[in-house]
Amino acid sequence: MSKIKELEQLFTKGKITRRDFITRVSALGFMAAVSPALLSSTAKAATPKKGGRFIIGITGGSTTDSMDPATLTSNMNQNVNWQIRNNLVEIDHNFNAIPELAESWDSTPDAKVWTFKLRKGIEFHNGKTMTAEDVIFSINHHLGEKSKSAAKAYLKSIKAIKADGKHEVIFELSGGSADFPFILGDYHLTICPAGTEGLEWEKGIGTGGYILESWEPGVRSFSKRNPNYWKEGRAHFDEIETLSIVDTNARTNALKTGRINYMDRVELKTVHLMKRMPGVNVSAITGTAHYTIPMRLDQKPYNDNNVRMALKLAVNREQLVKQMLRGYGEPGNDHPIAPVNKYYAKDLEQRKYDPEKAKFYMKKAGMLDHTFNLHAADAAFAGAVDAAVLMKEQAKKAGININVVREPDDGYWSNVWMKKEWCMCYWGGRPTEDMMFSVAYSDGAPWNDTLWKNDRFNKLLISARAELDKDKRRKLYWEMQEICRNDSGTIVPMFNQMVEASSDKLAHGPISGHMALDGMRTPERWWFA
Amino acid sequence: MAFFKLLRKSPIIARIGLVMILLNIAAAILAPVIAPYSETEVVGDVWMPMSSEHLLGTDHIGRDMFTRLLYGARNTIATAFVITMFSFAVGISCGFFAATLGGWSDLILSRLVDILMAIPVLIFALVALAIVGNSIPKLVVVIALLDSTRVYRLSRAVAMDIEVVEYVEAARLRGEGTWWLMRHEILPNAMPPLVAEFGLRFCFVFLFIAALSFLGLGIQPPTADWGGMVRENSGAITFGIFTPLWPAGAIAFLTVGVNFIVDWFLNVASGLQD
Amino acid sequence: MDSVFGLVVKRIGMGILTLFAISIIFFMGVEALPGDLAEEILGQNALPETVAAFRKELKLDLPPHERYFSWLGDLMKGDLGKSLANGRPVVDLVGWRFANTMFLAISAAVIAVPVAILLGIIAALYRNSLFDRAISIATLSTISFPEFFVAYILIALLSVQLIIFPSISNINDQMSFWQKIYAIVLPCLTLTLVVVAHMMRQTRAAIINILASPFIEMARLKGIHRTRVIVMHAFLNALSPVINVIALNLAYLVVGVVIVEVVFVYPGLGQLMVDSVSKRDIPVVQACGLIFAAVYIGLNLTADVLSIISNPRLRNPR
Repeated sequence: MSKIKELEQLFTKGKITRRDFITRVSALGFMAAVSPALLSSTAKAATPKKGGRFIIGITGGSTTDSMDPATLTSNMNQNVNWQIRNNLVEIDHNFNAIPELAESWDSTPDAKVWTFKLRKGIEFHNGKTMTAEDVIFSINHHLGEKSKSAAKAYLKSIKAIKADGKHEVIFELSGGSADFPFILGDYHLTICPAGTEGLEWEKGIGTGGYILESWEPGVRSFSKRNPNYWKEGRAHFDEIETLSIVDTNARTNALKTGRINYMDRVELKTVHLMKRMPGVNVSAITGTAHYTIPMRLDQKPYNDNNVRMALKLAVNREQLVKQMLRGYGEPGNDHPIAPVNKYYAKDLEQRKYDPEKAKFYMKKAGMLDHTFNLHAADAAFAGAVDAAVLMKEQAKKAGININVVREPDDGYWSNVWMKKEWCMCYWGGRPTEDMMFSVAYSDGAPWNDTLWKNDRFNKLLISARAELDKDKRRKLYWEMQEICRNDSGTIVPMFNQMVEASSDKLAHGPISGHMALDGMRTPERWWFA
Repeated sequence: MAFFKLLRKSPIIARIGLVMILLNIAAAILAPVIAPYSETEVVGDVWMPMSSEHLLGTDHIGRDMFTRLLYGARNTIATAFVITMFSFAVGISCGFFAATLGGWSDLILSRLVDILMAIPVLIFALVALAIVGNSIPKLVVVIALLDSTRVYRLSRAVAMDIEVVEYVEAARLRGEGTWWLMRHEILPNAMPPLVAEFGLRFCFVFLFIAALSFLGLGIQPPTADWGGMVRENSGAITFGIFTPLWPAGAIAFLTVGVNFIVDWFLNVASGLQD
Repeated sequence: MDSVFGLVVKRIGMGILTLFAISIIFFMGVEALPGDLAEEILGQNALPETVAAFRKELKLDLPPHERYFSWLGDLMKGDLGKSLANGRPVVDLVGWRFANTMFLAISAAVIAVPVAILLGIIAALYRNSLFDRAISIATLSTISFPEFFVAYILIALLSVQLIIFPSISNINDQMSFWQKIYAIVLPCLTLTLVVVAHMMRQTRAAIINILASPFIEMARLKGIHRTRVIVMHAFLNALSPVINVIALNLAYLVVGVVIVEVVFVYPGLGQLMVDSVSKRDIPVVQACGLIFAAVYIGLNLTADVLSIISNPRLRNPR
């Protein structure tokens, strides 16, 4: 611990750079985000103050955006959604599920039946009092045959939802799930008044800290503080203006001239310049977001684990992090669990670039003269094509031939991902191990993009899911990460940091790595110092 | 030979223009010889200032700017030239054809062009390239076709003006055919505005490619093209770094050079002595 | 003048046919793009069943021709339909953005057209002089810079360094007319710089071309002053190509400003159309496409009528 103190002192005195500090603290095995030294000096001292108009310049907004929680997809939508609405459960910066609209919850010992006690006396912006009926409506909105919800896939385990009185909701699941509260913390599952439909969604009636005044998709949203907000010590601004600013330079200029107070997605190549700008703070937070390169195991030669192992060993992760992420990231270990996740297997050996070993495995598979087609488009993630080309060069040293196939950006997710034998992909990550593994690695999961099927893994997944004992879970997840690392069809080359910039007039608590913009909750958690 | 004779009489400005163009062409041809590094090699830090090692500094991922500029000349000039020639060939022949023949062929061609032109260019290119795929040959065809509608419109308008001039009428009465009319009467008389247009269109092509790259299409990295280079480096301006001015300056240099020649031609063609 | 009137009627009829053809092209174009709205909106989160439910709700599962004709039928009744993505009436999405687009285009045109013509005339009058060269190089340089780059330079100079004008121009209803004008100074200036050179050079070329004509010689021999010759005789006779190039550039100011909208975060029609194309929101694409096309056709018609009026020989065709 004293080592950290020492580093903190060096950092606050300006003897080492922020990045040095982060890497050196991470090297000690502590998450950088936790260290208070990373917070701006104002943030440390001040207690939250009310007032001011907080203006966010954000990417991802599109004129086709909708406030219907089922089809909420863009960054901008996610942020506005949490300005005006709440979930039953909130996920905090330490990846804990904490009470939001539910004041407490409990489950049967097999984690199959969950009872959520709702907070009483909470009013929607239209004056209606929130009851169990609204909660059931809001969850059911994502279920059923007619659902077009992006959240449907991970609510499949819900067998029945019923109310017990006005302030209790009971979820019956088809199998035990210790992490069920986390699922209810997903941004799609905000609570809206029962009966909302069609254009009424766009009015954005919720229970949140701000009331939506105007909302023009892909352009701007404007909301004002909810005078009746029920949550203590949150939502400090008087007004929130959210602007869709797609162009990076436009965002940078707007921040520089004070037109906005916050911007997401700082261009990595300009981070060092941003840091020199007066009045601007830059934050780099490691979260759960990671890059993946899935291979379809139903296709030859990817069904041979020697081939998969060879390809995994032929990737120089350090170089990818250095060149593609300019150091703002961490090398992956071929499983999707992030260092910030609770049961991350820290002591699992980091996979290293080893052309000799890669060649050995590839030779064993008899595939040294095979050409591997790697499908890539920047729609997968910014720089995906460059990353693929870099991988091609790295694999060449192991005598492995990769051919980069450029795919169109348009329709990448519907035509390339999960369709082509090997392609570039990106995952925002999930707050818990169970959610991440279930959604993309378990047998039969709709987004199991490798069609990987490992019996031991799937058995462990189910027992870990229902296990409420933390130590036992840790062991189970450790083994699963190891199996995934050594057998699955996905290369996980790196985890990227979320790099964002804000005015130094803003103050905040610890920043969450759960999602961008402090868990998408900047409007609720930040304030003007 | 006639050209050299003309050149000897040419004003200084035309000669400067010629030198400017020749410099560009030389850069394009000799790029691999002169360039100190290779086209895609990362040789330093991001946006390094000018130095003896990197004459014009480095670009947004640390490649040598001078090298990129030389290779950029290759890709840019070649692509732009092919696109412009192609669009002018199509545009002028259709435009003159429509103007001389009149009637149904004019009607159909003009309507077709009207339809094409009434579609916003960028949107059209966006959709077309998304459908056919985004490679350089396809890019050339799509942009050339889009551009040719503009050329068509201008050449038809010019030809219509000439067409009603008495001497064309006279030739027609003499019994000359459409093709003869187009070549001997209309083309020479329509040359000045068309050449002026050529000078501009040529430059618009790389601007258009740059615009496409702004929307994520166009010539794809790591191939160097000036428009794309301006785009990639444009963020530097925000931080007071002037690197993107180099490729932008290169485009301007070539544009000015081409248009000096165009101006000279306009003068010669108009037969004005002053 | 009757012939001009007849031409206008004929051209409006043609225009409507053109719009019809364009609606088919857009429909087919968007259909030909990979993926549909359901897939594009859900993206990586799509499940086969949710995509199917989404399609069913939006009637995307019907065959294309049925969807097209039902859209066309509604259009005939004056109904532009609803956005597939968020259910908003297309009129609400398009209306205020179109007003914004026109506002920016007209502001830019009011500056650009007179400046371009004036510079063109002066350049022709003093052709090959130092002044001519200077204008020439200056305007050529401005159009040599991609427009987003011109915008960045203007922002860097006038917004970041000198702090005179705002770097983003997201105007809204609460702003007064003058506040809006102030907000759009930089995009307006950018567009002016982009279009002036083209119009100016064509004006100059057209005038120089006419100067060689016999009737100008005649006017000169009659001893009419040089300036008067250029302005009264040459310019008026060179009007036809000049009008054409102005029409093209005006159309560009309305139709082609997507990038300026993106850089300045200006809520115009271009961005709406690009977003709708990328998400395959056909009714919105159609509405934007038709508006752009109508503007273009209207400007063209005006240009043609003016050309005919300005050229006595065209007024009475064979």
